[in-house]
Amino acid sequence: MADYKWPAAENRSLIGKRISRLDGPLKSSGRAKYSFDVNRPGMLYGKMILSPYAHAKVTKIDTTAAEKMPGVKAVTLIWEVGKEVQWAGQEIAAVAAETEDQARDAARAIKVEYEVLPHLVTDATPQQAGADHSKQLSEQKTGDPDPAFAQAAATIEGTYGSPVITHCCLESHGQVTEWQGDQLTVWASTQAVSNLAGEYAPAMEIPAGNVHIITPVMGGGFGSKFNSDVWGFACARLSKKSGRAVKMLLERDHELMVAGARPSIYAKVKVAAKADGTLVAWKSESWGTAGPGSAGNPTLPYVFRPENRSSRHTAISTNIGPARAWRAPNHPQMALITMSALEDLAAAVPMDPLDFFLKNIELTGTLAKVYKEELLKAAELMDWKKKWHPRGQMVAGPIQRGLGLSLHTWGGGGHQSNCNCTIHPDGSVEVSLGSQDLGTGARTVIGIVAAETLGLPLEAVKVNIGDNHYPASGASGGSTTVGGVSSSTRRAANNALNELLAKVAPSLGGDAEQLEAVGGVIRVKGDTSKFLPWKQACAKLASTPITAAGQTSKDLISSGVGGVQMAEVSVDMETGVVRVEKMVAAQDCGLVINLKTAESQVYGAFIMGITYALHEEKIMDQQTGRCLNADMEFYKLAGLGDIGELVVHMMTGPGYDDRGVIGLGEPPVISPGAVISNAVANAIGVRVPTLPITPSKVLAALESKGAKA
Amino acid sequence: MSDHRSNGSGNGPGNPGKADNANPENAKPEKGVSRRSFIKGAGVAVSAVTMLREGLLSPTAAAADAKVAGPGAIAMTLKINGQAHKITAEPRLTLLDALRNNLDITGAKKVCDRATCGACTVLMDGKAIYACTLLAIDAQGHDLQTIEGLSAEGALHPIEAAFVDHDAQQCGFCTPGFVMAAKSFLDAHPQPTREQVTKGFGGNFCRCGTYVGVREAVLDAAGRMRGGRA
Ligand code: FES
Ligand code: FES
Repeated sequence: MADYKWPAAENRSLIGKRISRLDGPLKSSGRAKYSFDVNRPGMLYGKMILSPYAHAKVTKIDTTAAEKMPGVKAVTLIWEVGKEVQWAGQEIAAVAAETEDQARDAARAIKVEYEVLPHLVTDATPQQAGADHSKQLSEQKTGDPDPAFAQAAATIEGTYGSPVITHCCLESHGQVTEWQGDQLTVWASTQAVSNLAGEYAPAMEIPAGNVHIITPVMGGGFGSKFNSDVWGFACARLSKKSGRAVKMLLERDHELMVAGARPSIYAKVKVAAKADGTLVAWKSESWGTAGPGSAGNPTLPYVFRPENRSSRHTAISTNIGPARAWRAPNHPQMALITMSALEDLAAAVPMDPLDFFLKNIELTGTLAKVYKEELLKAAELMDWKKKWHPRGQMVAGPIQRGLGLSLHTWGGGGHQSNCNCTIHPDGSVEVSLGSQDLGTGARTVIGIVAAETLGLPLEAVKVNIGDNHYPASGASGGSTTVGGVSSSTRRAANNALNELLAKVAPSLGGDAEQLEAVGGVIRVKGDTSKFLPWKQACAKLASTPITAAGQTSKDLISSGVGGVQMAEVSVDMETGVVRVEKMVAAQDCGLVINLKTAESQVYGAFIMGITYALHEEKIMDQQTGRCLNADMEFYKLAGLGDIGELVVHMMTGPGYDDRGVIGLGEPPVISPGAVISNAVANAIGVRVPTLPITPSKVLAALESKGAKA
Repeated sequence: MSDHRSNGSGNGPGNPGKADNANPENAKPEKGVSRRSFIKGAGVAVSAVTMLREGLLSPTAAAADAKVAGPGAIAMTLKINGQAHKITAEPRLTLLDALRNNLDITGAKKVCDRATCGACTVLMDGKAIYACTLLAIDAQGHDLQTIEGLSAEGALHPIEAAFVDHDAQQCGFCTPGFVMAAKSFLDAHPQPTREQVTKGFGGNFCRCGTYVGVREAVLDAAGRMRGGRA
């Protein structure tokens, strides 16, 4: 009988290979249907009116003119009179009309009056923000940093940080809704197919079982699409009122203003080492804004745990807009702050940072061995020892090159996932899960696991996901999807196979325990002459298919990965322009199911990282309280010409595979900001303290260095 | 400086595939500094803030001598993938909205809606244009090709096949735009160098970060198309 464990390396025919994603042909030919592409008969378009003020009390909402506008079929309020808005872009009301242009006109015709209140939208320090806007979240202390500083051979102090950035999913947030009686269907762009019914049901006062969520593909989420959001409920109400399907996806400016922001984190750091580079003490005071609320606490220092350390964090409440989880919440900021300070310290010792990080590797704890192997691998791929030069050592001419490195970690594990595997008498196979594929390749991972388990080619398995009528699976966040769905699918497919083997056993000698499914046949283990082709074996089911269930199982998965990245940049000292020449990643994620899409995750993370390192910032104007770059001309994304050479090395084989499956969405996006910042410091001999590293900041840093010299 | 910054309109030298009449604004070049040439020349020295403050991003007027149509709905005919489609719509309708909303041709995506990201790329008379920034009425009388016209249902064009093989899509939302940009690019550069590919796609953005795959896919597709498999 088949067992649940992952097959041994020599018995894997699909797992760990480079396999093209199952939905690639649909996506590449433009035939994949996103929520945004759903056109229902008689469908209307929804548009919203937004608050232009960052902080204000709504005193009047008048929709009478809007209701009479051409094409308008329904109007609904989202906000109420008397309630305070906390950011510009807050949704006030929505309309549904026959065309998008008519809906936009009508939304504009809604009259809203406000009592404007004072706002804070700048990324302020606790001192600048004042007590009303500051809340100290935590203080952590281990050992005693102060005496340790007194005895250290090298100490540096610095301020580092990164601003608020946005998710900028290319498919904006939103959905199409349609009612039939008291049944609601929502084509939602979501990371949480199985969870949304539970949100719509109370809001619409219907049982959750009446809500059908459909998301076969979705155009990016990155942590910002876990909920129905106010626009989801407004859309459903517009549908109900008009009796028509309604499509309402956010306009780009709206998307950038409110539909996702990564909190800023800044820190003043003091860190010290002995003359041999041993890290002895860390002290940091950090702050940052997540909009009106407070986001999670950073844990500083990141990855390394020196004996003496203390840290304190203050949350600044602002009217910048609401934060949402952004790929690896807090980690990219913690990595930037920690790895920048540590490389500055290495430069002060002075020491090659590679040697410095290796010297302190035991301070990383249980992942020390993984980090060490990765550092050595990445150094080899970067040719670090040959290329590295001490900080500030310049060559003739305006173009200077530099190297930087960083370490990161992430949990993973598996969310709660249920899978049904059905084997039909005609030999066809389906696996069904109420999960979703955000573009990570989850669909293909599911297919590979089922096919491998049943000894079939990938094409023989139909993967059903993106629909809450399939067995419930968790939301896709925190790199928990691949752990959840791979283990539930493995178990479901195994359970189904065992039932099949029991049916087939009489024709193959009677002992199901002795049978296995390999290469498209059911055969007796160790006797290749006794077998039944898959189709004939399934025919023994007569007319009733087998359906077996499987759930997330902890023995197939794990959590806690380590990764190392390095960057090589060139900086034009005259213009301040930074170019990424090369980046290297050595990344662990346990057992890799699909090497091709795993590598794509890391390539994608590099590129997202280059973007936030060099370009991204939600620029707010304190005068008006508004976002100045809520568009894609000035909310800049890196392009194909900006990426340099990217090298990805997945750590696999003994010591990695045997840990089981671990997710990969978050880890590789953590270090790019830190490695690029470190490489720039190495190139130009001075730290650009905050991201994004724009030409003007490079020139300012050079100027301050010149002033000091 | 990033190549795409100087090439936001897709008209720059880096992206020769894009047609110059993509945008009504470009139909009649004005004297002096146009918004586009200003942005193009401004480069990294001009911050977003400055440009917004100075009003450089306010919509400029369309060509003054255009025939008056509307504002009510009018009949239009669009030739898409070799087939004539009649619609009745307000003249302010963009080609992209006409395709997606009126004709259910949804391969081209709307992302920035203002000629920055390339997600809406279609071909007009064989050249890549941004469908979000061309009025449907102005697209009449031209040959339009969308990604739906590139390959028959169930079959893949060599560019599409190369995108699959090199995993040049993650969420896939930007992918149709890249594929159409690639079609136009490879028609103009059947034997592109790696350098040309790197420079030639500045008019398209991907948030998931698929550029490594796109670069390889375009180079590979060039070979496949030369090999007569187109
Ligand atoms: S949607 Fe047309 S260029 Fe972005
Ligand atoms: S694949 Fe997601 S935006 Fe390009």
